Parts: sequence; structure tokens; C-alpha cells
Amino acid sequence: MASRFKPISPFCGILVAAFAVALILGAMLAVALRAEAGRGIGPAEWAAIKFTVLQASLSAIASVILAIPVARALARRRFPGRRILIALLGAPFILPAIVAVFGLLEVFGRTGWVNSGLSLLGLPPLHIYGLHGVVVAHVFFNMPLATRLILQGWQQVPGERFRMAAQLGIDGMAMVRLIEIPMLVKVVPGTLAVVFAICMTSFAVALILGGGPRATTVELAIYQAFRFDFDLGRAAMLSAIQMALTIAAAGFALGLVRGDSFGTGLGRSLQRWDGAKPVSRILDGTWVALAAFFLLLPISAIMASGLPALTEMPHEVWRSAVVSIAVAVASAILLLGMALPMSLAIAAGRSGFLELAGLMGLAVSPLVIGTGLFIMIVQFANPLRLALPVTALVNALTVLPFALRILVPETREIIQGQGRLAMSLDMDGPAFLRLVHLPRIRAQIGFAAGLSMALSIGDLGVIALFADSETATLPLTMYRLMGAYRMESAAGAALLLLALSFGLFWIMDRGGRWHAEA
Amino acid sequence: MLKLENCTVRNGAFTLRADFEVKAGESVSVLGPSGSGKSTLLEAVAGFLPLAEGRILLNNADIGDSHPGKRSVAALFQDGNLFDHLTVLQNAGLGLRPDLRLSNEDRDRIHAALERVDLKGLGSRRPSELSGGQRSRAALARVVLQRRELLLLDEPFAALGPGMRAQMLDLVLELSREVGSTMLVVSHAMEDARRINGRSILVAEGMARAPESTERLLKNPPPALRDYIGPNFQNKTVT
Repeated sequence: MASRFKPISPFCGILVAAFAVALILGAMLAVALRAEAGRGIGPAEWAAIKFTVLQASLSAIASVILAIPVARALARRRFPGRRILIALLGAPFILPAIVAVFGLLEVFGRTGWVNSGLSLLGLPPLHIYGLHGVVVAHVFFNMPLATRLILQGWQQVPGERFRMAAQLGIDGMAMVRLIEIPMLVKVVPGTLAVVFAICMTSFAVALILGGGPRATTVELAIYQAFRFDFDLGRAAMLSAIQMALTIAAAGFALGLVRGDSFGTGLGRSLQRWDGAKPVSRILDGTWVALAAFFLLLPISAIMASGLPALTEMPHEVWRSAVVSIAVAVASAILLLGMALPMSLAIAAGRSGFLELAGLMGLAVSPLVIGTGLFIMIVQFANPLRLALPVTALVNALTVLPFALRILVPETREIIQGQGRLAMSLDMDGPAFLRLVHLPRIRAQIGFAAGLSMALSIGDLGVIALFADSETATLPLTMYRLMGAYRMESAAGAALLLLALSFGLFWIMDRGGRWHAEA
Repeated sequence: MLKLENCTVRNGAFTLRADFEVKAGESVSVLGPSGSGKSTLLEAVAGFLPLAEGRILLNNADIGDSHPGKRSVAALFQDGNLFDHLTVLQNAGLGLRPDLRLSNEDRDRIHAALERVDLKGLGSRRPSELSGGQRSRAALARVVLQRRELLLLDEPFAALGPGMRAQMLDLVLELSREVGSTMLVVSHAMEDARRINGRSILVAEGMARAPESTERLLKNPPPALRDYIGPNFQNKTVT
């Protein structure tokens, strides 16, 4: 729109974005100033960097290699439950990391299902801790995401091309060579980069399954410098390293990925005429079954061990659950307080600075922001007493880029489609928000709030840095129970956490679409 | 009276000049080939496009710099004239109170306006539950309540069939007479211009010309208009 006039002033959005940028840059600056570069990067730091990059690379490669056949099978087969399976592929995104890891331990752990089976057969046990474990957990989280991204690529191949291939009698390897490989060449690098970037900043997985000199990520090293050595200078230096790594990985990923990765419209399936041979049917079926099994197994394990424990859960689990809900709600409110004005300002045409501000949350890991905020707060207050507000704030900053991707397109449509009418009616900003914007954006608000609550309630990052023994969120309590080998209580807490994160997401998402018109 | 004095409007690379006057209460058609700048002209008068040069006077008030909502101008476009998530009553009510804080007296006036456009009893419907013609009527009810001095119509009835379009045009002419507002009507259809039966502004070659008699313009069209309306229509006008 060429008009000078806008239905709503971008001022609020710019103010909020400036606040978010100031917080993130402030945290980065605090880290940079406090980092004791004089000590240099020692062998321990090098080992952490190497392990971080190694595990992220292996996780990305393994996730993508496994995702390709699954996506291919999903793209060309129609079967009952296909939609449910595709929806299930979105679930790990909001599944709390500690819950998933707990589920994996129940299956692959020392006394887990697999090893019990192996010992019955007299075979040596599998080891889940260390590099394998970290990679297995990351594949669990990211193979579904990679599948969705690659499936999107498959569905963007025009249907006419498959029709033409069918007419020409192209099948099997020729189809792979002519259509599928060129598509994969376009899609796979971006997918690899996204998974790599996510694995570079995953903390909870490394916290539980990693450790020791040979399996410590940079983030884990930050946590250890903080909690065990109380060495802020070293934590800050490691944070600076992590910052450089994340910015490089995120920049790389952003450059390679285009379009929206939430995968709307993945439900439809293309009509395909190839792959009718029984062998390829069986192969596709096997891949889909394996993927579903791999996804459902740890979740079923949590159900199996958590249900009996639910009735006799220690008091602290319930108390921390209440704390977690409060943090999640606060975090969602903070998120919407930032994302709504920012999305309005972006949609009204102030995109440059604001869009960059929205992406900054991706360039810095939550643990690094947490470290920076700790360094800032410690000057004038006891950071431990601010553990919960800081956790809510950092979670909101982390979800901000996703929330903007959810809110901006619809907001843009509202302003472009209805902004003129509102202006010519002389509606002021508040009336525009109340009468036009909020009623129309409700579904997106619900989705963003649900996402933020689910991610926030399951987060085990900043809270692990800040919390003293008095304060704990549910994931932290669960982690402490695991550390004390109180596995039954931990299983109950895991199930509760699982129910809470999916439940909150479901309530918010449904609530947003309740009685939605038009 | 609407007066455009030496106006220049820039819309991207496109430039439109306008210098004309329309009498108070007059209904004027705006004709011209597609892409000639008819919508640009209306957008500038409505305030959605800034003036690069010149002044716009509406009943002697200079409105060229004011916010679209502060001009005494109501506009109906091809689509997006109603909020789909609000009821017909609310949509019409926005013409009275843009914040929709409606008093009982306001409600009475809205009901009267809905009755005037034959939408009695449909106030609680949403636009999606109405026919195309009814949606146009709902937008007109709002325009009636807005009581603005100038009414701009940019092909709001283009999606309707010819019979319904004629009906709506008659209704809008009646309403504008009742409210006493000046009106500019853009239309692709020459029969619409003839129905308005007054003067027409020809927009062509980057220029909005001063209004002249529609009948004379269609009988003896300048080249730009002749190419647009085609020879068949000319024959029809002669017969």
C-alpha cells in the first residue's frame, strides 16, 4: 500500500521489538564483556566444540537419511491412518525433551526393554549414554521434522509431472533419476541445515545423555561451569563460542530454507502411478511402520511406567507442576505481548528491522541468553530469586520467531484486505484491534499461545541454570528425581508433563478456533 | 462541490493528472479503458494515495492532506466492503460509530437503514449467509448511515448480473439523492453510465478530463474511448 496512512500505528511494535533486541543484544554483550578470552580456548573447550559439531552433523545426516524413505512412502501411498501419522510427525516439536529422553531410556536404557531382551538372549547390552544416545535422541526429535520438510518437497512436484511420467511408462529407477533426485537435491540441504542448527542448541538431551570429557557439548559445558565451578568467566567464554556456532548454523539454515516449514496442506496426497510392484509396496509399508514404531515406542513406554506411578506421586511433583503452569501462562502472555504488536507493525509495512528482530531469537540459544541475563542481573539482584520470571521471558523470546511466522501472514491479509475499509470508516487503532484484528486472528493466537505454553512447560534450559533448591519447574523436578534414581516418581512426573504440554497446546489451539466464523 | 485543482497522483510508475469540478449533489460516471487510472483517481480522492501536487476541495474544505476517515467521503470498492466476521447490523452500525458502541437510538436508526435497503430482519446474519445483491445492500445501508458528502463507487456491483446491477444502481442513485451527497461512479459497463444519465469523466492517457455530457461522449467518443468500447457498442448507441 502506497498510503501514508495505516489502520494501526506501528509504534508499539517497534517499541516492543527494540525491547526484545535490547534484551538479546544486552545478554550477548554481557557475555562478550565477561568472557575471559585471555585464558584462551583450552583442550576441554576444543573437545566440547568438536563434540557439538560432530553430534549435530551425525544427527542431521541420520535424521535426513531415515526421513527420505519415510517421506517417499507417505508421498506416494494412501492408507488408513496416514493423516494421523503425519499429524504425529508434528508432535515431537512440542514434546518436552526430558520426557522424550526418559522414554528412550525406558526402551534403550541399561534396564530398558531392548537390553532386557538382549540379556535374555545372552547378548551384550546397548549403551545409550554418550554419543550414540545423544544422536538417537536427536534423531527421535528431528527425523519427523525432516520427514515433514522433505514430504513438502515431494508434494511441491506438480502432479502433471507424475502423470506425464506415467504416460511415458517411467517407473522405478528412471522415476528416481528424473524427478525425485532433482527434487531431493533442492530440499535436502535446507533440511540438513535446519536439523543441524537445532541439534547445535539442544541442551536437555546432552544434559541427560551426554557428559564426561568425551560427550560434552558447549551448552553442557556452560551449565557445568555455572553450576559446578561457579566460574562465570568461563561460562561467558563458552557462551561466546556457542553464540558464534549458533549464528553460523542459523545463518546457514536460513539461507538454505525457503517458505514456511509448518507444513500446512501436508494432508493431501498426490495420485501416483509408479511403484505398484509388490516389492516397493512392502518396502514403503515397512518404512512407515518403522517410523511409527520409533515414534510411538518411547511414548508408550512413558505411559506404561508412568500410569501406575501417578497415584503416589511425591508432593513436590504436584507443586512444581503448578509452578510450571504459571510459568507457561506468563510466558505465553509475554510472547503475545511482543508478537502481536510486532506482527501488526511488520504487516503494516515496517518489515526490515522488525523481521530481523524477530529472527534474532534463533541466532542465540536460550542458555546463552540466560547466561547473559544472569551476568546482568547479578550486578544488582540475586538472580536465583528471579529464576521463574527469567525462564518465562527467555521462553517467550525463544518462541517469538515461530509466533511471528504464524501471525504475520494472516495479519498481513487482514490489513491488506480490510485496512482501507477500517480507515475510511474512521476506526481508530483500539477499535480496529477489537473489532477487526483480534476476532480474525484468534485461531493463530490460539496456535501460537499453545505452542508457547507447550514449549515453555517442557523447557529444561534456563531454569536449570537459575533455580535454587527451593524453586523448581516440573521438568527440573523430574530431572532431580532421575538424578536421585527415583525412577518411579520420575516416570509419573514424565507422564504428567506429557499430558500437560499436549493438553495446554490442545486447549489453546481449540480455544482459538472455537466458534470461529468465516 | 468537489474540485480537483491541478492534481498529480503517482501510483508506482504511473502518473495521473486531474483538474476538474463536479457540482454538489451531482452523480458523475467515470469512464475509461482498463488501467487508465480510474481507480487511482478514486483512491486519491478517498485518501488512500497521496497527492504529489495540487489540492482537493470538498465543499470548500481542503481535504487533500487529511486521513481517509476524516474526509467526508464514503467509498465502496469491488470487494471488501463488509467485514465477514461481523453481522449485517454491526457492519451497518460502523457507519454510525466506528467503535461499535451503539446506543438504543443508534440501533433504531440502523434498523431503519436496513429496512430502507430491503434487508429488514437480516441484521443478525453474517455476510457469508447473504446473496451477492444482499451484501451490496448491506454495504449501502452503512453508506446511508455514514451520511458523507461524497460517495465513491469503484465497480462495487461488478460481480452482480446485469438486472441486479441496474437495480442496485437505481437504489444508490435514490439514496444519494436522499442523503444529498455528490457521487463518482466507476463502471466498465456503458449502460451503467447511460443509466446515471448525467455527465461523465473520461480517464485516459494519464489524464482525468473535466466531466461532459455522457450522451454526447458516447455518441462521439474520442479515440481512447472508442477503442475501449468497440464498434458494436457504437452501433447500438446509434440505433
